[in-house]
Amino acid sequence: MSIYDMTINELQQALTNKTFTSYELTKKYLERIAEIDPIIHAYITITADAALAAAKASDERRANGQLLSDLDGIPMALKDIFCTDGILTTCASKILANFVPPYNATCWQRLADAGAVLLGKCNLDEFAMGSSTENSAFFATRNPFDIERTPGGSSGGSAAAVSADLAAYTLGTDTGGSVRQPAHYCGVVGIKPTYGLISRFGIIPYASSLDQAGVFAKSVYDCATVLEVVSGHDERDSTSTPYPIGDYRGACRRDVKGMKIGMPNEFFEEGIDPRTIEIVNKAAEKFAAAGAEIIEVSLPHTKYALPAYYILACAEASSNLARYDGVRYGVRVDKPSLEEIFCATRSAGFGDEVKRRILLGTYALSSGYYDAYYNKTLQVRTLIKEDYDRVFASGIDCLLTPVTPGPAFKLGEMLDDPLTMYMTDICTVPINIAGLASLVVPFADIEGLPVGVQLIGAPFSEEKLFTAASAVEVPRRLPPDILEQAAEKGVER
Amino acid sequence: MTEFQTVVGLEFHAELKTNTKIFCSCPTTFAGEPNTHVCPVCLGLPGVLPVLNKRAVELAMKAGLALNCQISPFSKFDRKNYFYPDLPKAYQVTQYPLPICKSGYITVPDADGNEKKIRINRIHLEEDAGKLVHSGESISTSNYSLPDYNRAAVPLIEIVSEPDMASADEAKAFGDKLKLILEYAGVSDVKMEQGSLRCDVNISLMPKGSDKLGTKVEIKNLNSFRAMYRAIQFEEDRQRRMIEKGEKLIQETRTWDEGSGRTLSMRSKENDHDYRYFPEPDLVPTVITPEWIEAVRSELPELPDTREQRLKEECGLSDYDCAQIVDTPALAFFFDEVAKLFPDTKIIANWLLGDVSRLMNSAEKEYEQVPIVAEDLVYLLDQAKSGAINNNSAKTVLEEMFTSGKMPAEIISERGFAQISDSAMLEDAVKAVIEANEKAAEDFRTGKQQAMGFLMGQIMKATKGQANPNLVKELLAKMLK
Repeated sequence: MSIYDMTINELQQALTNKTFTSYELTKKYLERIAEIDPIIHAYITITADAALAAAKASDERRANGQLLSDLDGIPMALKDIFCTDGILTTCASKILANFVPPYNATCWQRLADAGAVLLGKCNLDEFAMGSSTENSAFFATRNPFDIERTPGGSSGGSAAAVSADLAAYTLGTDTGGSVRQPAHYCGVVGIKPTYGLISRFGIIPYASSLDQAGVFAKSVYDCATVLEVVSGHDERDSTSTPYPIGDYRGACRRDVKGMKIGMPNEFFEEGIDPRTIEIVNKAAEKFAAAGAEIIEVSLPHTKYALPAYYILACAEASSNLARYDGVRYGVRVDKPSLEEIFCATRSAGFGDEVKRRILLGTYALSSGYYDAYYNKTLQVRTLIKEDYDRVFASGIDCLLTPVTPGPAFKLGEMLDDPLTMYMTDICTVPINIAGLASLVVPFADIEGLPVGVQLIGAPFSEEKLFTAASAVEVPRRLPPDILEQAAEKGVER
Repeated sequence: MTEFQTVVGLEFHAELKTNTKIFCSCPTTFAGEPNTHVCPVCLGLPGVLPVLNKRAVELAMKAGLALNCQISPFSKFDRKNYFYPDLPKAYQVTQYPLPICKSGYITVPDADGNEKKIRINRIHLEEDAGKLVHSGESISTSNYSLPDYNRAAVPLIEIVSEPDMASADEAKAFGDKLKLILEYAGVSDVKMEQGSLRCDVNISLMPKGSDKLGTKVEIKNLNSFRAMYRAIQFEEDRQRRMIEKGEKLIQETRTWDEGSGRTLSMRSKENDHDYRYFPEPDLVPTVITPEWIEAVRSELPELPDTREQRLKEECGLSDYDCAQIVDTPALAFFFDEVAKLFPDTKIIANWLLGDVSRLMNSAEKEYEQVPIVAEDLVYLLDQAKSGAINNNSAKTVLEEMFTSGKMPAEIISERGFAQISDSAMLEDAVKAVIEANEKAAEDFRTGKQQAMGFLMGQIMKATKGQANPNLVKELLAKMLK
């Protein structure tokens, strides 16, 4: 078995058996990054020296019997939206191209305290706004399964890094599907836990009431292992859960028998590729064969989720991104007057998609439009949430749906068509609107491209999601050789 | 000619007396080197989150209770969005539709001296902005300005009155009373010169007897109640003249120019900011239970009105003395301390309003900084009352307590101020004076009362003023019988 294909559990065993050291393992990953990443472009920043130093420290702890956790010595990466003390954090934006935070995001701090080895910071759509990583101010990331296609977004770099074996696991963020859609496109496991499970402190916000960190991993069990470390209350985030977290690894071993799995009609309607529907139905059959009960359900307000998402997210973003004015940090374009500094800095610093969403959000909050847009959307949000409350209250343990209408699209295919691009989020945004838990697990493929299924649970029902996901999990499928693809398709490093 | 009625509403911003800022643990201390009381949270760096300071909530509740408001069981924060370099996040976290306190009032005397109720619409909790330090005199004459964020995110309450005041006098009375209540409640330092209390005026005129409010003007940049008073008078006059000339008033924000004593137009309503308020998603709603309200209420000290009533009733002080004491909270608290140890409140009032105040004034000090402790003053008052020292000596001792910080007993003994109340000791002195002044002694015997004064004076002189005058009187009477 390749060192890169090993799960966290397997790597830990190999480290314990002295098959290799964390230093050797980290070096291997860095070598592969040096070889492959110039094609994939998963990373914005590679922290090779710090990673090797961290790996060395881990090896010393191991030698002294002082391991910090099951993640100690395992190489990983973060979406470049998580603040990392002393390490460039750009959010893939020109406006933060020089920003080095003096603090760590809580979830990264928890991983660091657990002995994680940080390989670098992964590419994303600027400020997490997008579904393809093409909105990164620096470069687009390629899908390891077909380097002419998108890995999805906004956490495309984090998903591609796990898929192409450029990290053992990564963290991303998910505001409307930004973990689940790229996990699905890249054939990896991705979880967007319940809003509040993982602290938002130190995560550069896009839409505060929807943003939630998530995990990409090579197996459901790996995903559970990481989630146990990063979750739980943080006194620096008032919206983080005060409750103890679950036994996610234990849940992976539980039997799915007797679980009630709902299939909401509204997620299988027009616009969803019939091949996708067929795959989800296959997953349902597998659940049924394992003793779970499949029940048809209805979530009548689903169709309002996408417009609601774009109003809520843009409104919050217009306020969250207002602080990038060139006064205190980041990039500044100097001009003779204050207003000109603001305008020139923001005009030069933000990309088109970010500007589009700031304008949409500013409009939705403007006096005279607030009630028609923002206030109405809050009411819609309540209705959507009530749909799910009703379904879960009826005894449904989790829902099974498609992740997106189809598999990964081609790079550049939707660049001039933002509305069609927005439509790819149709199955994922309702979950953020309603503050639910959701997990994507790879299940099959369409013409060689990975297709996952989405499992949705009530708030803080992550254990059920891990049980269900483990029941349908299939052996990990590796992407075709990246260098061969590059040679074949004429993609230069 | 139409007579006009002035309609004034006031908005106050008071910095809360918390140790730390509203959403982080930076100190709220005034001044300090620029940008030293800051952290990633109050600088609004990317990804940081606010955590609400519980003490700020309690002080806002306290202000609400002291101003007869209802405390909202459920309130929440909103974002007020605008760009300015002193506002680190480009939005202010404040409260819009659901403030922490609503519907209060305070009473002030009106033009006829009757009690008038001025209603308070709401009190909301919010964060302060930083400030710009200009390279020149003012922003318009400066080459550059530098932001100082020490004040950014210091907790503030905004108190909004109803338009219930009819004159500059009523507005001034409301301001004075509000300031006093906030100071007693321990909610704010209320120092206008340091900006811990700020005030904006809303003013309009309407024909007397009308109930239709006229076009309102907001006045900003008022750095004292005197400025507020003058600005209201100026604006009353300006608006009346405009109406009389048939000119149309516009709804606008004006700024007070202290130098010229005028208000100047800043911006009209049309050019006003659209603040795009919306709920702050980074904070959870503030839920206040009845138990919490009662716990905060129990922390409230005696407020000015009840205090004044008590001083009148229990201490028998004059209205004037009461008002004098109550108007200076530090003096009132000192009065209470002394009164616990010394029964005669009239004497205390005389001393505190007389010599102690005089000494504080000449030292140009605020009453908070009074350099003596209650126990020492009480010792001095006891000595004077028992006759152990005389009144003039007591005043000298007090002065020296102020200047040297010594204990009164020490000063009395150093200066030899102890009164001679030992009749054996005094008899010799009285005898000597009688012998030396036979004529006066004779006059006294024959009933000339004025001779008594002369003899007393001679005896006091001989004893360097230390003789107990009552005892001297007794001795003279006995010896010259």
